[in-house]
Amino acid sequence: MNRIANASRRDFLKAGAGLTLALVLPGAHAASTGAPGIAGAAAGSTAGSAEFAPNAFVRIGTDNSVTVIAKHLEMGQGTYTGLATLVAEELDADWAQVVVEAAPADAARYNNLSWGPAQGTGGSSAIANSFEQMRQAGATARAMLVQAAAERWKVPAGEIRVKAGVVSHAKSGRKARFGELAEAAASQPVPQQVTLKDPKDFQLIGRHAPRKDSVAKTTGSAQFTQDVKLPGMLVAVVAHPPRFGATVKSVDEQAARAVAGVADVVRIPTGVAVLARDYWTAKKGRDALKIDWDESAAYRGSSEQILADYRKLAATPGAIARRDGDADDALGKATKVFEAEFAFPFLAHAAMEPINCVMRLDANGCEVWNGEQFQTVDQRTVAGVLGLKPEQVKLNMLFAGGSFGRRANPQSDYLVETAHIVKAIGGRAPVKLVWSREDDMRGGHYRPLYLHRLRAALDAQGKPLAWANSIVGQSILTGTAFEAVGVKDGVDGSSVEGAANLPYAIPHLQVELHTTNAQVKVPVQWWRAVGSTHTAFATEVFIDELAVAAGADPVTYRLGLLGAHPRHAGVLKLAADKAGWGKPLAPAKASRRARGVAVHESFHTFVAQVVEVTVAPDGSFKLDRVVCAVDCGVAVNPDVIRAQMEGGIGFGLAAALSGAITLKDGLVEQSNFHDYPVLRIDQMPKVEVHIVPSAAKPTGVGEPGVPPIAPALANALYAATGKRIRTLPIGEQLKA
Amino acid sequence: MTRFTLNGKPVNTELPDDTPLLWVLRDGLDMTGTKFGCGMALCGACTVHVDGQPVRSCSTPVSEVAGKRVTTIEGVGAVRVGAAVQAAWQKLDVVQCGYCQSGQIMSATALLTSNPKPSDADIDAAMSGNLCRCATYVRIRAAIHEAARTLAKRSAA
Repeated sequence: MNRIANASRRDFLKAGAGLTLALVLPGAHAASTGAPGIAGAAAGSTAGSAEFAPNAFVRIGTDNSVTVIAKHLEMGQGTYTGLATLVAEELDADWAQVVVEAAPADAARYNNLSWGPAQGTGGSSAIANSFEQMRQAGATARAMLVQAAAERWKVPAGEIRVKAGVVSHAKSGRKARFGELAEAAASQPVPQQVTLKDPKDFQLIGRHAPRKDSVAKTTGSAQFTQDVKLPGMLVAVVAHPPRFGATVKSVDEQAARAVAGVADVVRIPTGVAVLARDYWTAKKGRDALKIDWDESAAYRGSSEQILADYRKLAATPGAIARRDGDADDALGKATKVFEAEFAFPFLAHAAMEPINCVMRLDANGCEVWNGEQFQTVDQRTVAGVLGLKPEQVKLNMLFAGGSFGRRANPQSDYLVETAHIVKAIGGRAPVKLVWSREDDMRGGHYRPLYLHRLRAALDAQGKPLAWANSIVGQSILTGTAFEAVGVKDGVDGSSVEGAANLPYAIPHLQVELHTTNAQVKVPVQWWRAVGSTHTAFATEVFIDELAVAAGADPVTYRLGLLGAHPRHAGVLKLAADKAGWGKPLAPAKASRRARGVAVHESFHTFVAQVVEVTVAPDGSFKLDRVVCAVDCGVAVNPDVIRAQMEGGIGFGLAAALSGAITLKDGLVEQSNFHDYPVLRIDQMPKVEVHIVPSAAKPTGVGEPGVPPIAPALANALYAATGKRIRTLPIGEQLKA
Repeated sequence: MTRFTLNGKPVNTELPDDTPLLWVLRDGLDMTGTKFGCGMALCGACTVHVDGQPVRSCSTPVSEVAGKRVTTIEGVGAVRVGAAVQAAWQKLDVVQCGYCQSGQIMSATALLTSNPKPSDADIDAAMSGNLCRCATYVRIRAAIHEAARTLAKRSAA
């Protein structure tokens, strides 16, 4: 019955205007959804107490406002809307009265339940880990409002109804809005147990709830990190070394300091920072720097050479990620072995908002404004640089102008860079670090370059008898705080996800991994859908090749191997059915038209996509339509799910068509959108999304729309032209 | 010093003549709805109207807009077409991360001002300079058609 658990929580709650009802929920037990690589990696200090620590997710003001406190970063995926839907559903609030506010950094209350004691957003886990927690928050608030009304009206609580923000008692004809009951509700005991709704009674879940960020984002008022301006703030632009691993040998600052408006020039571990009152002046100052780099430890690799080295490695034994039966033996005895090699380049996240961060030192510690995705890690890392305790690092979570994984950096790279600049100027002014587009694109932390070698043999019926997949590439988790939990027996789970859990029934199945961190020194990081960005392509194109070899229809062939995986089969059948799979496409003059399909599970969500493509005689092609089926359990916000599938398809298409970061002698060859093209509107196909009705626990949708599109497109191009695409991006390969 | 009209009001800036309009708006005048995306007129996030025409403010020196009328996302809703575009964007929940959407709305408003009933091909041609990394393009097309319908109805009434 402890309503106010501690002073810091009280302070936090009082900070909100109109506060009258605050909730303390018994800590929900961490759900063991097994997100790879993250669980238990951070924090630790709250272990043991987490179960009883308070949570605060909803506030009801006397002005009738319902404020939902969002513990996850809104970076476009719709999580503010989703979290608010869950609270409002059980609270029986009117959607129009609900507003969303960013949670502060506090892993004790706002941890990601699928990560253990760490706060952050990633792995398409926001709705999955919050589904019961947010509903309990709403249901508890509702119960306290009802109890307050029962006391005031002297009627049994059981006779009170709540609907769309109105509490009412039919017999006495009494009614009250939430705001009128807020103060009285605040003095009610917190119920130890609440009953959540039967799904058949849902009013908001599964229906259309307009996005909570649409108005701010269409009027220019939404606040991104780039928009923060503090009194006396300096803008910092940093000259980074041209090659990864290089450092500053010497710098001539004279010309930079001579630029009118430049306030300071400081050396930091990652380069030289120029500070000015505005971005343009700081950039001019940086352009005037003369830096001599120490490249003795610089990485000088080239993409071509990396690929050639990987090709040799792929033919040697690697660490075993999965072994069923004896694939080597079966392949050795086979009369015909199918073999294919797939290659994938480095990829930049290239979010529309380039990397940036605002930081201020004060007497209490440090305050940060950021599209904050990795609170617990960032607090600890920044505190380490500044000699503070993690809790002295106050994080303000702003909207992120995209992230796609980039703003959850295991080393907190750009926050650390900002901290070093603030430290170098003795904290005398708040600092906004701004990376240019070129800084962002050449700044590393890419999706790693990968190579897959696949071999298979078929049985007498044409079904796969043996399948061997050798994967080569850098591990994202190795060398980070997540290595201990994410890398087992030499296998980084994020390198092989989607390949090691291949759903097809194959008696002899082997997946091996070669991790190349010792030789390749390019900073790498998770990139929307992580391992599945390459494994889905390699496996779904290769299974298509086997279907063709067996003379089978690609959908029928897959379904024949998915007996143990009904949710894969379910989305595959639905997408095929809605796309009219097997029915002839309307012919196009002088062009070839065809369909291709792929199905893939990532982050416990199942997605199948059918692509319709038209290929012109010169090899240019256009995607006419994509039909997408998704099974993500209970569809909390169907329109957000559709939007994430549409956007995931567009994001995956950019990589399939033209996405590549290449290195030559250690230099990144791309710099901006002219040589790292991302998808434009004239390349975007029509998209139809079909959601599988389901009562299963909800899973995420931010990433799973991405993986199937590239293989579905490659399979469609094969069906149209007979040419197999095995190297991404597709680029001009069909024109050769 | 450069003087121009911003969303109907006279403003001036002391920033040097070669400073891009984008940074005058953002850092000089605290109008942050117009976004920085690429700095090379490749992404369209910084799109504003100068005397009614869409321009990329990241590559337009402020001296070029001296004496001209500049409209940004903060002011476009005061114009009939701009308000209809914003309403359509909200009705169809176009936005995801939202960072590019100021520029998208400015370009869409310019399109509908010159072409009240664009086809999909017209939309693709007019909007292909505006990148959206979240790929909200399906809804951008739909919202432009929606705004066109709304404007046609009002014109007929």
